[in-house]
Amino acid sequence: MEREKAGEEGNAPVVAVEDVHKSFGEQKVLTGVSLQVSRGETLAVLGRSGSGKSVLLRLIIGLRKPDSGSVRIHGQDIAGLALDRLGEIRIRMGFLFQYGALYDSLTVEQNVAFPLQHHKKEMSRSERGGRVRELLAEVGMERDMEKMPSDISGGMQKRVGLARALALEPDILLLDEPTAGLDPISAAEICDLVLTLQEQHHMASIVVTHDLHSAKTIANRLILLHEGTIAIEGAFEELQHSDVEFVREFLRDS
Amino acid sequence: MIDGKLRAVAGIDLSLPRLDILHTSPTVSSARNLIGEFFEWFGDLGVFIWQVVRAAVTPPFEFRELFRQLDEIGSKSLPVVALAGGAIGVVLSLEARHSLTRFGAKSLLPAAIVFAVLDETGPIITGLVASGRLGAGIGAELASMKVTEQIDAIEASAVNPYRLLAAPRILACILMLPLLTLAADFCGLVMGWVAQTLVEPISFYRFINDGFKGATFNDLLPPTFKTAVFGLIIGLVACFQGMRTRGGAVGVGRAATSSVVLSSLFVILADVVLVKIIIAFFP
Repeated sequence: MEREKAGEEGNAPVVAVEDVHKSFGEQKVLTGVSLQVSRGETLAVLGRSGSGKSVLLRLIIGLRKPDSGSVRIHGQDIAGLALDRLGEIRIRMGFLFQYGALYDSLTVEQNVAFPLQHHKKEMSRSERGGRVRELLAEVGMERDMEKMPSDISGGMQKRVGLARALALEPDILLLDEPTAGLDPISAAEICDLVLTLQEQHHMASIVVTHDLHSAKTIANRLILLHEGTIAIEGAFEELQHSDVEFVREFLRDS
Repeated sequence: MIDGKLRAVAGIDLSLPRLDILHTSPTVSSARNLIGEFFEWFGDLGVFIWQVVRAAVTPPFEFRELFRQLDEIGSKSLPVVALAGGAIGVVLSLEARHSLTRFGAKSLLPAAIVFAVLDETGPIITGLVASGRLGAGIGAELASMKVTEQIDAIEASAVNPYRLLAAPRILACILMLPLLTLAADFCGLVMGWVAQTLVEPISFYRFINDGFKGATFNDLLPPTFKTAVFGLIIGLVACFQGMRTRGGAVGVGRAATSSVVLSSLFVILADVVLVKIIIAFFP
């Protein structure tokens, strides 16, 4: 309890990853990654495809377990927690999946209402409806409430996914490739939206992306993953002035 | 030393390279992989059962999802189960008439149909038809949710997917299979009577009266309730295969196929054991 409080106060990290290793069979994906994120901060995790960015995000929300090392959320090590106990921690986290991962048998409205139905049982139907409309208005999707996920575009699916991730007012927001597969205008809209939401909700955010432009727009700190470890960490300007060959190559090619 | 020389003279080489061949042989290594996968499958199934049981007995209970699944599994399987039951009734009537006439026991035809349908044909046909319909349906649905990250999204929303997805489906299968069996039994008897009465008219009342002469509840209840075990097998296998899928559309197809094949196989194997138990405890 004291740890939880400590995590919420001041600039104490709400997400702390320490020396995490993860392999799939013979393939070593992460070989000693450590990072910390505090409230109000947005960290962008950059790297080439297959560099383990999404795996790192899944380790943070507990969808995968690290082989070694620890992941602490609000000071609580989540390794080995039972699913229901982990759920209590996840209530305070929002996750936007790369392809939205909307429930295809539910409408846009029902998708956003899903977390509220399960965790805000005290809410009346009309209160829940009001909250869903509010969330969809925040992401500019209030006119498409009745549509099915298959009837809306990829960018719209990401917006709805974002509204669903924000439904329980999380204090940690994890975004997996929020702009991947979108045209430049939609990508810029999503970036603006994330920035606005970040200003309004003051969350600790981690954005995984290989899009340097989005990372520069959204984040106030960046890390670059290379061969399972962090090649460099710092503000965008620090990356620009780096002497590390891979960093220069990545910035040049992005 | 002497032994080595003797071998060399005789041209026999018993040194280790032969063992190396054994170790690297593709057949041996694929057999080893198969055995490894076999034990891994049962190990994973054990963990899955533990997760489902733990989720099913602790609140919050997903009653709404359970009722939805009861409707989905029960009412939507009813037509196909009834049709299969009716068809089996006709086949039994035609076959039994042919055999019993040869042995001069034609009067036993209603009893033969009733006992055959209630004791074995109705339950096993329901089990196999449900394996096909529910195994493929549940397996493909959950596999599709898995590969599109919807199950991960449920988990990320702090909802236990074993409680929301697996437990209600398995419970609904357990509860609905005996009811579906009663429907298959009823259709089998009615169509058995229709098939008989078309050849040699007999009233339904007399058919039932003659058929159930000597029948007890032991002939109806244990075989009907054994299908709850079939339901458990079908629900468990389909949910397990669906929720452990990997690999896109191919994975979904594989999950649906393996759900049907494995649940049908396990239903037949379980039937062997259950029939033996029923005969022992309900003679």
